[in-house]
Amino acid sequence: MPVQVLGDVLSVKRVGAYQSMTVIAPGIAELTRPGHFLAVQVGGPESSMLLRRAFAIYDVKDRGVYGGTVEFVFAVHGKGTAWLSSRRPQDKLDVVGPLGKPFRLPTTGVNATLVGGGYGSAPLLPLATALRERSCRVDMVLGAGSADRLFGLLEAKRMAASIAVTTDDGSVGTPGRVSDVLPAVLDKCKTDVVYACGPMPMLRAVAGLCSERGIPCQVAVEESMACGIGVCMTCVLPVIGDDGRTRMARSCVEGPVFLADRVRWDDVGTVPHDTVGALARP
Amino acid sequence: MTDLTTVLAGVRFPNPVFTASGCAAAGQELDQFFDVTALGGVVTKSIMLDARAGRATPRMAETPSGMLNSIGLQGPGIEVFLDRDLPWLAARGARAVVSIAGGCVADYAGLASRLRDRPGLAMVEVNISCPNVEDRGQVFACDPQAASGVVSAVRRNTAPEVPVFAKLSPDVTDIAVIARACVDAGADGLSVINTLLGMVIDTTTMRPALAGITGGLSGPAIRPVAVRCVWQVHRALPDVPILGMGGIRTGLDALQFLLAGASAVSVGTTVFGDPHAPIRVLAELDQALSDRGVEQVRDVIGLAHGAAGQLVPEGPDPVGDEPAPSPGGTVPDLEEP
Repeated sequence: MPVQVLGDVLSVKRVGAYQSMTVIAPGIAELTRPGHFLAVQVGGPESSMLLRRAFAIYDVKDRGVYGGTVEFVFAVHGKGTAWLSSRRPQDKLDVVGPLGKPFRLPTTGVNATLVGGGYGSAPLLPLATALRERSCRVDMVLGAGSADRLFGLLEAKRMAASIAVTTDDGSVGTPGRVSDVLPAVLDKCKTDVVYACGPMPMLRAVAGLCSERGIPCQVAVEESMACGIGVCMTCVLPVIGDDGRTRMARSCVEGPVFLADRVRWDDVGTVPHDTVGALARP
Repeated sequence: MTDLTTVLAGVRFPNPVFTASGCAAAGQELDQFFDVTALGGVVTKSIMLDARAGRATPRMAETPSGMLNSIGLQGPGIEVFLDRDLPWLAARGARAVVSIAGGCVADYAGLASRLRDRPGLAMVEVNISCPNVEDRGQVFACDPQAASGVVSAVRRNTAPEVPVFAKLSPDVTDIAVIARACVDAGADGLSVINTLLGMVIDTTTMRPALAGITGGLSGPAIRPVAVRCVWQVHRALPDVPILGMGGIRTGLDALQFLLAGASAVSVGTTVFGDPHAPIRVLAELDQALSDRGVEQVRDVIGLAHGAAGQLVPEGPDPVGDEPAPSPGGTVPDLEEP
């Protein structure tokens, strides 16, 4: 059950091209599982920006000097995230969380490969911890546009049995995309399951590679959201249900984690004609 | 303690703060944050006869103090709603105001008859801001005759004790004309207002920001338009109850609508930014009324239409032992606290 908390900012740190913010948010940390997200109000209570910004939860501490804290990573894209980046310790921040469906964890020790694009690695790092606690082997593939857009590389190196890095500009690791190196990683690591988080084109490529190999894959999608709690119906994408029929699923409450083979990747952004309730084509 | 009870077309509600259609689904999501039965009523997202997938994405664009949406009435259809959503609201004890939408008069009539005699149904809100498939997609709410046809069909198929409210669009030349047409067709009250038609162009892609090209503008940006519309409708039809909505963010915003002539209000888009908004607005309104020495919420309905300095311009004498306030004497200052 999500809660709304007016918390104190504990810290805002620059991490490469990103910002990492920690907020004292009692009630959220205790309930958070890897893959959950937060919806953050921006601009203060009188803000002209009405809609919450959604961020995957990176780290939580459910006890300690400050009580429960929650940390998330973001990139400054527009006015809302610029405002967030200008917050300072002890400023108030209104956060709602934990939201969405988290990653599902295997019940036995399997070989898990985690694929992160940009700061999409943020929720994968606590996931790696959770998987290792379940005796899973964790291998990681991290990709970004450039070296400063790789998040959590050091932490990933500490946790993963192996790590592969790609950058579009070749500033670190293999030049190219995660999907260029992923097939070799899946073979070499005898991967049983894949978890991915990052931009939609990356998720689509990862989903395709896993599907070819019959490897189950879970993805945490990034869709534009207004509310984060399931009432606005803006963050939908075509997803195949247990009954085999496609529906426009809300990524905030039915996701953000989906089984990759249930997402109609070729049709994201559209309403496929065989979706339940699609209007007849003219 | 202010008596917050309000009456809409003969139906009593414990307070005048409701959710708004399309901003609260069918109540269950918000019930995680606060007790939805504490609100005057829960106005559900417009339901159609059949399941509807809605429009492609992007469906939303943030605008200054507002947002543009083009959801396309995504929903499960009336049967699922009757099996799953309305029973939940009824079991929970919420007063359900069911919003219905259709593409032709027969759709609306069918929806009303499916809803008839269902437990938990407190009121029907008719979303007439839909394109009429039988009239080249002309929106019902923009044509007095079309609006009238829909409203009378719903009224005929609804139990007499359940009020039917027609939700008006502000995108008309004279909202009072449409209001009158709806009331003449049997509407017991009016919901004022639906979103304004708007558009945003993405300057990076150089194309419309929404897949649906145009969308409905909502949020505090439209509040003055909404207050104006409530004022005009109340002036034209002072005896017709109004459920007012459009950009309500605080209790004082809600009070503006009551003063303009609304008997109750819906809190809509603000919920997206603050899931507690409806219950917070209710608490703030309660406080604002007691700060102003108002004993019962119905004393302020339409008050702004009266002469300056007059606390209660019309209606029955205030109940209780307190003497009636003398003109100009006891009106507290109206600055925001």
